[in-house]
Amino acid sequence: MTATPRGDVVASAGARERSGRFGRRRRSALLTRRDKIVLAVMVGIPTLIQLVFIWIPTLLSVGLSFVRWNGIAFSDIRPAGLSNYTYVFKDYPPFWPALEHNVLWLVFLGVIATPLGLLLAVLLDQPLRGSRIYQSIFFVPVMLSLALIGIIWQLFYSQNAGLLNFLLGTAGTPRAVDWLGDSNVNIWAALVAATWRHAGYVMVLYLAGLKGVDPSLREAASIDGANARQVFFRIVFPVMRPINIVIIVITLIESLRAFDVVYVINRGTNGLELISALVIQNLVGEGQVIGVGSALAVILLVISLVPIIIYLSRTFKKDAA
Amino acid sequence: MTTLNELALTDTAPALQRKPAGKKSHWGTYLFLTVMAIVWLIPLGWSVFISLRPFADTNKYGYFSLGGHFNLDNFVTAFVQGQTLTYLWNSVIITVPTVLLTLFLASMMAFAVSRFSWKFNITLLIMFTAGNLLPPQVLAAPLFEMFKNFVLPYSISDSGSLLNTYTAVIIVDTAFQIGFCTFVLSNYMKALPHDLTEAAFVDGAGVWRQYISIILPLTRPALAALGTLEVIWIYNDFFWPLLFIQSGDRLPITTAIKNLQGQFLTDYNLVAAGAVITVIPTLVIYLVLQRQFVAGLTLGASKG
Repeated sequence: MTATPRGDVVASAGARERSGRFGRRRRSALLTRRDKIVLAVMVGIPTLIQLVFIWIPTLLSVGLSFVRWNGIAFSDIRPAGLSNYTYVFKDYPPFWPALEHNVLWLVFLGVIATPLGLLLAVLLDQPLRGSRIYQSIFFVPVMLSLALIGIIWQLFYSQNAGLLNFLLGTAGTPRAVDWLGDSNVNIWAALVAATWRHAGYVMVLYLAGLKGVDPSLREAASIDGANARQVFFRIVFPVMRPINIVIIVITLIESLRAFDVVYVINRGTNGLELISALVIQNLVGEGQVIGVGSALAVILLVISLVPIIIYLSRTFKKDAA
Repeated sequence: MTTLNELALTDTAPALQRKPAGKKSHWGTYLFLTVMAIVWLIPLGWSVFISLRPFADTNKYGYFSLGGHFNLDNFVTAFVQGQTLTYLWNSVIITVPTVLLTLFLASMMAFAVSRFSWKFNITLLIMFTAGNLLPPQVLAAPLFEMFKNFVLPYSISDSGSLLNTYTAVIIVDTAFQIGFCTFVLSNYMKALPHDLTEAAFVDGAGVWRQYISIILPLTRPALAALGTLEVIWIYNDFFWPLLFIQSGDRLPITTAIKNLQGQFLTDYNLVAAGAVITVIPTLVIYLVLQRQFVAGLTLGASKG
């Protein structure tokens, strides 16, 4: 819905106001007792599920980050103050590389994958022959799970059996790069795999966004003598502001959520550390350091709240009276 | 997508007439798109290629060769030895209830927040939307402990708790997806005219009747689009089964494929066959319901 052009947003905001007035009158005077109970159940069940399985666990994560616990018996829980955090920041070797990799993930998606998706959308928005076929091809990876993408690219990157080294002519020779095993290159290899999916995703969203741009705007600009590039950067792109925001938020959140690809490859170790993967390594690994894992989870949560709050405040600004 | 092309046609045609050089740049566009399309197809194409060749032949002739046979032996092996059918069925057991439950609960919630105005409806909607955007790893430890300590009789669950059960995966997947679906559906329902429910209300229809007989049927396009999207997303979910399910034979295919890879580490052909099998259901849904899927994706451009 955020993808709809401005006009719709304004219209639905107007509809909201009307419904607000009507609804309020109705709530006080017209709803029967039975209706109120029905509504309470309709709201109550989903809300309860949200609270019990999303928000209470989130708060518990925060709580667990301040204790020392091996995850076995509740009686073993010991308060730990901030020690889990100081451990993570000072003595836990993979933390800073993981943070760097998350930032790299964001920059790569933001600088390479997202613009590539935009470029594909702009090109395919033209009256090209076979535009739909191209769209379908670029869209295929969006359908696939990131876990599967990890496996497909593993087959492609494999040192001695992969297509890439064959195409480079190094397969079977000592010069063959171990794309996923070499900690200097594997993050880049994983990022290419992630781009494969992200660019298609961005393309679909921008295609919908471009469809929503009023054609008369472009026409007017062309008549005024603007060239195609000027029309795009001065008119079309600014008009798509709502969808640009959505895509920025998606890119931010995807880079924080990145997990499956690296977990499939090597569980997020040896050059592929990501915060999300470190959380899980601490929770399920030997030793089960729940406190440390939770501290990492809270760090991830705090970073994630930035794009989430940006997004929510933009989306609900009109609604919140 | 047709309207898209029509729109583009009407608006770039004059530009082309004015600028004959435009034709040249079109060739560049085709060249670029074709090269990109080929690059895009290579990884999946490579998986399909090696999945069709027997392990023995690739050993003998090398992976980069056309020698030997092309057949479906790896697929047969994946089904017989790799329990692929079990995994696919597990995916169904998880996906179908999750999607139905999600749409049902989200549509109720969306109805209540979009058609009625009460004190906390926007607050709740914000809470729902935010919940969907959290990285799942943030909740992993508490949910795991909650399910581990939820005591069940052994007659119901052989783990004595909610761990290693489909219920755990279904309920958490549902909780995660309700937020997104509620957000999308409430926007959709908000835009439906109020006269519709008002007329029914005057005729004495209660809240539940308005929901079931008026709003829900009108929301069908959005439900279809979201349903398609959710089927694919839940089918593609890797993380929650990984966390909650310990018995290998209960894993859905997206998570199990990782085990297939561990089990047959050197047999790339078999791993490739497993990957291709995992792709097939999504491709089928995509080919049949492409419009619904794309509609769902753009309808909820909010998805993180």
